[in-house]
Amino acid sequence: MVFNVIFFSLLAIIILAAAIYAVVQKDLLYAVIATGVISLVLSIYFFIMQAPDVALTEAAIGIALTTIIFVITIRNTSRREDEIPVDKEPDRGDEK
Amino acid sequence: MKKAFIILLLVVVGWVLADTFSQITFGESRLGDVKQPETVGAYYLNNTVEKLSVANVITAIVVNYRGFDTLGEVTVLFLAASGLASILYRRKEKGEHDVMILKNSSQLLQTGAKLIFPAILVLGAYVFIHGHLTPGGGFQGGAIIASGFLLMFMAYKDYHVSHNVLTWVESVAGIVFVSVGIWGLISGATFLENVLGTGTLNDLISGGVIPLIYIAVGFKVAAELTGVLETLLNFKTEK
Amino acid sequence: MDPIIYNKIITVGVYGSAIGLILIGLYAVLVKKHLTKIVIGLSIIDSGVHLLFIAVGFIKGGTAPIFSPKGIELVNGGAQMVDPVPQALVLTAIVIGFGVTAVALSLVIRLYRHHNTARIDHIKSLKW
Repeated sequence: MVFNVIFFSLLAIIILAAAIYAVVQKDLLYAVIATGVISLVLSIYFFIMQAPDVALTEAAIGIALTTIIFVITIRNTSRREDEIPVDKEPDRGDEK
Repeated sequence: MKKAFIILLLVVVGWVLADTFSQITFGESRLGDVKQPETVGAYYLNNTVEKLSVANVITAIVVNYRGFDTLGEVTVLFLAASGLASILYRRKEKGEHDVMILKNSSQLLQTGAKLIFPAILVLGAYVFIHGHLTPGGGFQGGAIIASGFLLMFMAYKDYHVSHNVLTWVESVAGIVFVSVGIWGLISGATFLENVLGTGTLNDLISGGVIPLIYIAVGFKVAAELTGVLETLLNFKTEK
Repeated sequence: MDPIIYNKIITVGVYGSAIGLILIGLYAVLVKKHLTKIVIGLSIIDSGVHLLFIAVGFIKGGTAPIFSPKGIELVNGGAQMVDPVPQALVLTAIVIGFGVTAVALSLVIRLYRHHNTARIDHIKSLKW
């Protein structure tokens, strides 16, 4: 019984700490990895609440695929949250 | 000033949620008696083994009792994949192919990826073929296969999956899903009704059309997620 | 300490983390200015809502709703199966949440390509 209480509180602390870190951190790559940690702990939560199908789905989709599409977005936009953009001519490549 | 309003809004939302969910005691059974079912969950738990011979109740709900919602979900995934491809589309000049991964990874990763990639494919196929016996199913198996393809994309600089093959696999799997439903209509029952005979419990061939539908969904989800990854990794960027 | 305090701690832990995730995600969507951070907040709200659903369907001492040979043995021994309906709903919701995140991120990439910034307070040009 004590083990249950310690385990549940540990998971709750880890998930809330990872969520606050993901929102506060200015370097976006670290924030995305924290989102992956949230999905991991969520998958453990689903497993100990006797839902194995949902745990499998969250582990397969939330940890690998969501993190990689965020990383591809960061590579195509800016890496830090507080950067000042350089003025340049806007892209008119679609007008012909 | 704006921050004060936002904090007030968050406190109000948190208070409403906490007040509502403190009246739902955690861990108490609200299903009622399973043998004489009065709630929807108890009805599904009672009738899955007798009427359908399927071991996984979640599979029976997702494919058979709420099969139309699964058709809607597959449609939403298809729309998301094609919407993403059309937003990022740019007219390419002929023969030009802009890459996102600039150089090959180390020798260790290349050899390891080539060794482990067939095992991941077989694991994904196992998960969606046995969806009615063990936890798993079409969506889980499709996501596992897409992760296997992602490993190959990351390890090799110029690994391409032909876009035509993905489109064909996805379309044929979607047609199989809808035609199984229409087969139910033709045989005189409702759309997506279970028209094959159900076998014995815990057998691989049991549950009527449920394994057929989940295999089609598995192929379709795998092809779609791989297509999404391939679009994101290979679209033409700014010079 | 008696089991009532333990049950209270577990209840506050599970419901509190779900509601906490929803509130933290909502804060990120409302306050932050960088578009990728807003999409991260959207994904965190999704995770919180899914946890809330599964937590409502849980039964203490229950077992997974699968009638494998071991499951049949447990049910005949008197155990109860957890509610299967919220799990089927959350299964669909996770996949659709991924689809929404993917389309939102493609819009962010397209917007960055056009205005060369991803912050919503620096996008000032109204016509292009």
